[in-house]
Amino acid sequence: MSLDEFFVTGDPMILASQIAIGLTMVGLIALITYLKKWKWLWTEWFTTVDHKKIGIMYILAGVLMFFRGGVDGLLMKAQTSRPELGFLDAQHYDEIFTTHGVIMILFMAMPMLIGIMNVVVPLQIGARDVAFPKLNALSFWLFFAGAMLFNVSFVIGGSPDAGWTSYFPLAGKEFTPGVGNNYYAIALQIAGIGTLATGINFVVTIIKMRAPGMSWMKMPIFTWTSLVTSIIIVAAFPIFTVALAYMSLDRLFGTHFFTVAAGGDPMLWLNLFWLWGHPEVYIVVLPAFGMFSEVIATFARKNLYGYKSMVFAVAGIAFLSMLVWVHHFYTMGNSAAVNSIFSLTTMMIAIPTGVKIFNWLFTLRKGRIEFSTSMLWALAFIPCFTIGGVTGVMLAMAAADYQYHNTMFLVAHFHYVLIPGVVFAVFAALYYWWPKMFGFKLNEKIGKWHFWLFVIGFNFTFMPMFFVGLDGMSRRMYTYSESTGWGAWLGFSAVGSLIMAAGFAALCYNIYWSFRYASRDVGSDPWNGRTLEWATASPAPHYNFAVVPEVEKLDDFWYKKKEGKLGLKKSDLKSVHMPSNSWTPVFLGVAFGIVGFFLVFEWFTLAIISSVLIVIGLVANSFDYDDGYHIPVDELEKEEREWRGELK
Amino acid sequence: MTQANTPLEYRSQQSQMNILGFWIFLGAEIVLFSTLFASYFVLEHNTAGGPAGHDIFILKDVLIETFLLLTSSFTAGLAIHFMRNNAKNDMIVWTIVTLLLGAGFLYMEINEFIHYVHEGATIQTSGFTAGFFTLLGTHGAHVTFGIIWISLLLVQIFRRGITEKTSSKFFIASLYWHFLDVVWIFIFTFVYLKGMVG
Repeated sequence: MSLDEFFVTGDPMILASQIAIGLTMVGLIALITYLKKWKWLWTEWFTTVDHKKIGIMYILAGVLMFFRGGVDGLLMKAQTSRPELGFLDAQHYDEIFTTHGVIMILFMAMPMLIGIMNVVVPLQIGARDVAFPKLNALSFWLFFAGAMLFNVSFVIGGSPDAGWTSYFPLAGKEFTPGVGNNYYAIALQIAGIGTLATGINFVVTIIKMRAPGMSWMKMPIFTWTSLVTSIIIVAAFPIFTVALAYMSLDRLFGTHFFTVAAGGDPMLWLNLFWLWGHPEVYIVVLPAFGMFSEVIATFARKNLYGYKSMVFAVAGIAFLSMLVWVHHFYTMGNSAAVNSIFSLTTMMIAIPTGVKIFNWLFTLRKGRIEFSTSMLWALAFIPCFTIGGVTGVMLAMAAADYQYHNTMFLVAHFHYVLIPGVVFAVFAALYYWWPKMFGFKLNEKIGKWHFWLFVIGFNFTFMPMFFVGLDGMSRRMYTYSESTGWGAWLGFSAVGSLIMAAGFAALCYNIYWSFRYASRDVGSDPWNGRTLEWATASPAPHYNFAVVPEVEKLDDFWYKKKEGKLGLKKSDLKSVHMPSNSWTPVFLGVAFGIVGFFLVFEWFTLAIISSVLIVIGLVANSFDYDDGYHIPVDELEKEEREWRGELK
Repeated sequence: MTQANTPLEYRSQQSQMNILGFWIFLGAEIVLFSTLFASYFVLEHNTAGGPAGHDIFILKDVLIETFLLLTSSFTAGLAIHFMRNNAKNDMIVWTIVTLLLGAGFLYMEINEFIHYVHEGATIQTSGFTAGFFTLLGTHGAHVTFGIIWISLLLVQIFRRGITEKTSSKFFIASLYWHFLDVVWIFIFTFVYLKGMVG
């Protein structure tokens, strides 16, 4: 392979990106060296096993990926803003909608949600950390390795270009011969292993590490949704693992899982992909529902209406999520009976989801609503998401779906589900839990700019897509003729996407502004919260709780606060056991990244040689008998005094 | 849960969590192998002019493999029995027997694969062979991983003795080993026996 095949050449935008990436890397390395921060980075971040720091790294990666995926989105919007524009050619457009989809779902939504779960769940259940802190770090580094591998594709070797669904036979070697779709198969595999480990980790954490007295029905709702999401991860991700392994074998080793000519079956890919892909939608949306529930209850100053029905609705959605995958391909030759069954199961999902919508509305009813930025996101979510839900029921009707299957109507539908459902939730959660992570609030005034720009921009961008979709515009069309009459709609939509981008810029500015100027004096419980994470200092100390709290009822912290029963007795302090930092997770992440890179380029000798690194990491890990360390009582006392004042 | 009658591997909170976590991991493994089986059933009859299962399977060899692997599961159980009796040497002996049986299984399986390749059934031949070799290969790779893993644990048991930590690690590895046995029973029944019937 020659050098000009290795680097992507011929497009000035990509050349500019290559130069920019190179300069940024050099600049970052120079800056860290100049500031002498390497040791700090290594000991405080790269080798950390602290769930809060891992969560923050996930969120940071998620914000970066949001930028990348967002730029992809803006490029698509620019290309379709006028009829017959030549801004992007068809191939480049294909690559961009593929990376946009994969990055937004797997490298933006997932890390954002898993990051917030990491920060919040152990605090909400009164635990010191997750069940397997080192595995948690490994999950992050595998995700990060996968994300980086996927992201370099557009400058090195070429991007995947078969859509985020990578349907065969298009995604097979015969029709897409470059390395692009190898990136898809390998990078998602590496990130997926990390996600599976996260799922197992959180199931065990939530089952085994809840504070004494916190029985199932006294668990905060966000913890419930995180548990159910983790269970779906464990049940669904192995299917994707197998599907990606088949894809890799087909592309790298010439097998025939998905090629019709030698007895393979492309529909096998579709079924396996959506057997994972549909539950994946609920993996991202359920924790988001949990976040909204916490935010709505807190800022309506009421307990969550219908807590139990909320729990059953979440479990019901999880169950049904496994039974609807065929609705993604009604038009691909199933019998009427099969389509009808999947129509029914799909529409059934509207029932528990409707329960949740009404629970939120009834929580708001007669509440003393405080319109904080995070509450605004939650309030905007309900109507926007309902539009997404109702159009979803339209798509669920198999007979009707034949009319608008794979049109822009579908694209508008899932953006109306995923953006209010996930992105609004992540924003609400960031504003809400920011003080718990960093000890200061994000600015509310800039937050409102962020909110209004983003929500207005969102509706402007995606509402027109319903109409062009119903008018027959198929998804993934890179251009269209003037006579279609779509130019006005899509031009409007493109302007909307710029407003959305301005909203995102406002968020970035808000983070910058607040880091520099926001008041550090926010106390431990700035929102008058209801759950245990507000019972400890902000930012939460590395040991989380000096004394593990005991729980008597749902929203225990809220009632103890009202009854004045909070506070720490000096005599209750005992030394706290903490896990030690470890180098193996980050080492293994790098090792998997290197092996993955060689596999993408089908350099098998190098891949085999470098997989020795993985073996070294695993063996070192097996022989690691580090027992952690203890924080002595006087150190705990000193740290607790800092924010509590004198102890009882 | 830290009474003296609790088995050693369950005594610490962390060990209990490790074992529960591994059970959940095995749940994920069940999903993984179910997917492999389901795909195999989809592709089973798509031989694309290449050999079918009953053309190439040699039931005698497969039976010996089955025998080796099932026996290794029994000896792994013996090793756990001696671990609980704190009989380090017996435990080590039976673990070595387990590993040898596992290695024997692998040797037979690799030979079987070489034989199939000579018969003109490579992983690239057809949908059927792709499904077959991937299902069997994934199981075989698991056995290989298990042999290496348990060997490393054996070194740790040898050096550190039977402690709360080593015992829980070893117990988890034995769960893994038994699980591979269960998967093999399904392979033997639904790949080989079913394949011989046609």
